[in-house]
Amino acid sequence: MTAGVDLGTPQTQAIRSDEDVVRVRQLVRTVAVAVKLSLVDQTKLVTAASELARNTLVYGGGGAVEVVTVDNGRRRGVRIVFDDSGPGIADLDLALTDGYTTGGGLGLGLSGARRLVDEFDIRTGVGEGTTITVTKWSR
Amino acid sequence: MVLSAEESGRLAGLLSGHADRVTARWTESVVASLRGRLSQAELRRQLQELHASMIAAAEGGLVDLDDDQGAELRALLAELSRGRARQGFSATETAVSVYALKDVLLGLLDTGDAHALRDFVAYSRLIDQMGLFTFESYVRTRESLIADQAEQLLELSTPVVKLWEGVVAVPLVGTLDSARAQVVMERLLQTLVDTGSPYAIIDITGVPAVDTQVAQHILKTVVAARLMGADCIISGIRPQIAQTIVALGIEFGDIATKASLADALRHVLRLTGVETARRNHRREA
Repeated sequence: MTAGVDLGTPQTQAIRSDEDVVRVRQLVRTVAVAVKLSLVDQTKLVTAASELARNTLVYGGGGAVEVVTVDNGRRRGVRIVFDDSGPGIADLDLALTDGYTTGGGLGLGLSGARRLVDEFDIRTGVGEGTTITVTKWSR
Repeated sequence: MVLSAEESGRLAGLLSGHADRVTARWTESVVASLRGRLSQAELRRQLQELHASMIAAAEGGLVDLDDDQGAELRALLAELSRGRARQGFSATETAVSVYALKDVLLGLLDTGDAHALRDFVAYSRLIDQMGLFTFESYVRTRESLIADQAEQLLELSTPVVKLWEGVVAVPLVGTLDSARAQVVMERLLQTLVDTGSPYAIIDITGVPAVDTQVAQHILKTVVAARLMGADCIISGIRPQIAQTIVALGIEFGDIATKASLADALRHVLRLTGVETARRNHRREA
């Protein structure tokens, strides 16, 4: 994890249904606008959040997301933590390979989301659930 | 069980013994909270019905609202909250109609008497139950209203329009989830059959974020349209969406994509050999 001081109160949102994925997108967009990310970065972050929230729902069996604004002294950013207590990811390298999917999707969600954000941290283990932390900094 | 059969009997006696006073005061205290949005006569009629139903239930030995004796009372409460929810009253305004009865009952009892107070606590428990039931019915009604509206929105938000002879367009606005993608695909394919159009333009200007699921839905729609012999063009790809799609690694393959709907239409017209020319406005002398 990188150094950064959390600003404001973290916003949380449960992920239990498709509608919650939409709520996560809206929440992330609101925070991204407040931190003054550029339109491109907003879109990238919202899209990454959409992918990861859907993964939390589909593969993790639901979970929760926490959105905080961060500040490293020079730049502000948005940090999002996706947490589920699902089955976890057995082979992380394989899961991060473009085009690999077990769920009938395009297989680009996890790997694509990693390319859309500045920092990407994933903690997982079989039977231990999955926690993914992503951060996007303003330019 | 929230009150005993004896207490229930005494409640019936209290309510029927002072029938006119109870309904008059009850109406009076509720009408103020509804700020004149429901006529006093209408409200009085509703509360009189409720009052009569409570007496009937209490005389039948009601000890809990969930009992068989409470069936008619529950039906009345549900009807009342449904009406309030549809008329746009808030949850509080709806529940107050029931809770106001507490004050009315308190006014009728001799508060110096310990037995009367104990009875009042029991009546209160029943009224609380009725209030909670009202609240639940209210929420259920609102939820069904929201579900209805979501369905109507689904119908509204997916038009397929004819742009030119042989060219149809689907302007997508908002979130493209699986349910909407399904509706869009069905509408588009049906319109292709009905109009015999060889070209379809899917415009995503109004889609705020294109993630892999949205892209997959669009790709599937394009492939389905192709199977029916129609060519699809995707338009309305804004700069931020283009950059996001590239970073995600989504490939649209050989599907034609354009920045705007106008570009897409021009592209299709060129393919079909339609020439567009600006008319010369020079006036002849």
